[in-house]
Amino acid sequence: MMTLEKLREIKEKTRPILEDRLKKEGKTEIREDGSIVLKGDYYKKQVRIALRNCEIINPDSIDDYIALDGYSALGKVLFEMTPAEVIDVMMESNLRGRGGAGFPTGRKWNEAFKYDADKKYIICNADEGDPGAFMDRSILEGDPHSVLEGMAIAGYAVGADQGFIYVRAEYPLAVKTLKKAIEQAKEYGLLGKNIFGTDFSFDIELRLGAGAFVCGEGTALMESIEGKRGMPRVKIHRTAHKGLWGKPTIINNVETLANVPIIYQKGADWFRSIGTEKSPGTKVFALVGKVKESGLVEVPMGMTLREIVFDIGGGVADDRAIKAIQTGGPSGGCIPADLLDTPVDFESLAKIGSIMGSGGMVVMDETDCMVDIARFFLDFTVEESCGKCVPCREGTKRMLEILEKITEGNGEEGDIERLESLAETISSASLCGLGQTASNPVTSTLQYFRDEYIAHIRDKRCPAGSCQALLEYYITDACIGCTKCARNCPVSCISGKVKERHVIDTETCIKCGTCMEVCPVGAVITR
Amino acid sequence: MKNVTLTIDGQKVTVPENYSIIQAAKELGIDIPALCYDPNLEVVGACRLCLVEIEGSRKLETSCSTKVREGMVVNTETEKVVKARKDILQLLLDSHPNDCLTCQKAGECLLQAYAYRYDVKFREHDGAMRPKLIDTSSPYILKDDSKCILCGKCVRTCSQVDDRQVLSFAGRGYDTRIVLDLDKTFETSKCVSCNRCVVVCPVGALVDKRLMGKTRIWDAEVKTVDCKVCAYGCEFEVLSKKGKKLAVRAKAPSNGRPLCLKGRLTTELMHLDNPDKPYRKIGNKFVESSWTKAISIADIIEKINKLENNEEK
Repeated sequence: MMTLEKLREIKEKTRPILEDRLKKEGKTEIREDGSIVLKGDYYKKQVRIALRNCEIINPDSIDDYIALDGYSALGKVLFEMTPAEVIDVMMESNLRGRGGAGFPTGRKWNEAFKYDADKKYIICNADEGDPGAFMDRSILEGDPHSVLEGMAIAGYAVGADQGFIYVRAEYPLAVKTLKKAIEQAKEYGLLGKNIFGTDFSFDIELRLGAGAFVCGEGTALMESIEGKRGMPRVKIHRTAHKGLWGKPTIINNVETLANVPIIYQKGADWFRSIGTEKSPGTKVFALVGKVKESGLVEVPMGMTLREIVFDIGGGVADDRAIKAIQTGGPSGGCIPADLLDTPVDFESLAKIGSIMGSGGMVVMDETDCMVDIARFFLDFTVEESCGKCVPCREGTKRMLEILEKITEGNGEEGDIERLESLAETISSASLCGLGQTASNPVTSTLQYFRDEYIAHIRDKRCPAGSCQALLEYYITDACIGCTKCARNCPVSCISGKVKERHVIDTETCIKCGTCMEVCPVGAVITR
Repeated sequence: MKNVTLTIDGQKVTVPENYSIIQAAKELGIDIPALCYDPNLEVVGACRLCLVEIEGSRKLETSCSTKVREGMVVNTETEKVVKARKDILQLLLDSHPNDCLTCQKAGECLLQAYAYRYDVKFREHDGAMRPKLIDTSSPYILKDDSKCILCGKCVRTCSQVDDRQVLSFAGRGYDTRIVLDLDKTFETSKCVSCNRCVVVCPVGALVDKRLMGKTRIWDAEVKTVDCKVCAYGCEFEVLSKKGKKLAVRAKAPSNGRPLCLKGRLTTELMHLDNPDKPYRKIGNKFVESSWTKAISIADIIEKINKLENNEEK
């Protein structure tokens, strides 16, 4: 059986071993307050709370986690706090859901706490599905116990003895790591019956998602756990009242749960001292796209987009001009470069037509076509719509058809208005969040980059030079007449004499780009 | 049960607190359009046609799933609501074949009725349409996926009978379809032709094949009769034209009974002057059958004959 005494012993025994290893590896530094952080410019401006142990501890070792105060928060709440007090601290901290919507975690817990039921459930939503997002995955693979501990604390707070982690099957390493972590925690008596010898019992099981994005939506997730087809439920009851199998249920995202233990270690005041008033704490972003240093960044809420992209990400790749930043994945929007000084928090991003979302952050430069970006995300939504409600199932399909038409150069007058009208209906009439936000990539690009849509439709031109169908290959007078392009053209549409400038017959050209690749002097351009 | 009073389209109504808005509206004679809602089935909120505006609520809410509250003020035909309904109907029509002229469902089709009510028309486009997959394997039911609006009523009613549960959703997004037993046909699946699904289908996606071509519904005289096969008495409808009884179709299961083929065939036999040949499913095939076998009374008739013959002797 685990006791507080034993936990301390493990910590004291393991900490020096861990420090030795880290010193040898040389990637970290130990600060005066005893915290261990990663070295390097990339990490300088970051504040790592959810990722505090990632890349530092060995995820397969529960002792490593304990060495860095792991499970001390669980011990503390079990011995020193009543469930109501635990909830009070969570309310005070104002930790907001990191899955995207930003609902206050304490309020969620409080609601489930209120209901009397023979069974309650804690679900960890690990069905991370936004394209390019891998925050939750890194936590699950790098620091699984922080999530388990967070779930156990939530369980104690609301009176639940069963937890489920709904993790996508496409994350095999996360599944393996979690399985091992659960096993270790059970062995140590930190999960299972009578945790720390108290009368609090809490068990966690894994449930693997079968690859449907919509199962990240809370009610679809519960349907899936119940063994049904993953389609969102109509919200007659709140999940905290009647959720999984009709019982009070809490669904928290991975990153939210990873924040939980440290809030009880350091207190709500400490947590609120980071970030902004309305959005305290940090947020992890998957900084990707045309940025020099891509990867996970965890920053205090309220940091500007500019700081994230330039100070941490090192600026735009190839030193091109930044055009936009896409946040929030398929539910988010494209933020134009002139709004780069917007602070990143739930309210500020919503105000400019995007969302915080789960933390995808894609940097785009002048070669990225905004219509095509909208098309890309719509394509994703159409693929992932569950098919239950009409506006999402039928409407997103029609929006995608229009966007495809536009990017293929077949756009017509009235298409923009049709997109806007459909977007309005889909967002106001859809059943779940997937449909309600599906048109955001279109509305935000229409808001900030309407000219690009017009250029595609009226001038049959893609200003970013990215839509293949609207490109024209052209040989400039830099041509030295080496004939290489003509010899390599698969459809023989390039003519010209040796040592004379060559010409592409655009009627026959299939826009494969071979001529551009083989030209030794860069004389082939697209326009 | 406590009662609550609310206002719908300016009229006050008092209803039990477990009522949904659509039920309360019905009390006032206000017909909120809905394709997936059925008071006898689980509420799913899928068609989104029953959206209404509730004062104080930013979003439109589905009236099938929103419970009434004291003092609630609901408007069912605001500009915003009508725009959403028109768009939803247009989206459905855009995927639906323009076949009302010959569709058996015409006159009773809810999509047709609502399209008329909101003045939404078919239009030409070169985008996607639902696949033309038609299951003709059954002599009793015709399933036309191209007309399906995926309201899921058939799935829900089928799953209410524990040992049936034949119908389910398959695929996702625009490619979602209703399938039988993981995509089998009426013939190869364990469907028992009870026609519960046909009863609830709001469009022409599931129709009673024995009615097809016999009459347009507006030409028919429809009389409801109780089934006499068992004591429960599910309801059937007898359709006649010019005094001639043409067809029998399922109307509603009775409390505790699920509707069945035997009941329907027996009702046909009792009421129709000239019923079509019955069929039985033997193995994975529908085969033409005698009436005595179809309603499984062959043994009984034989026995009766024997007994009566003995008496006569």
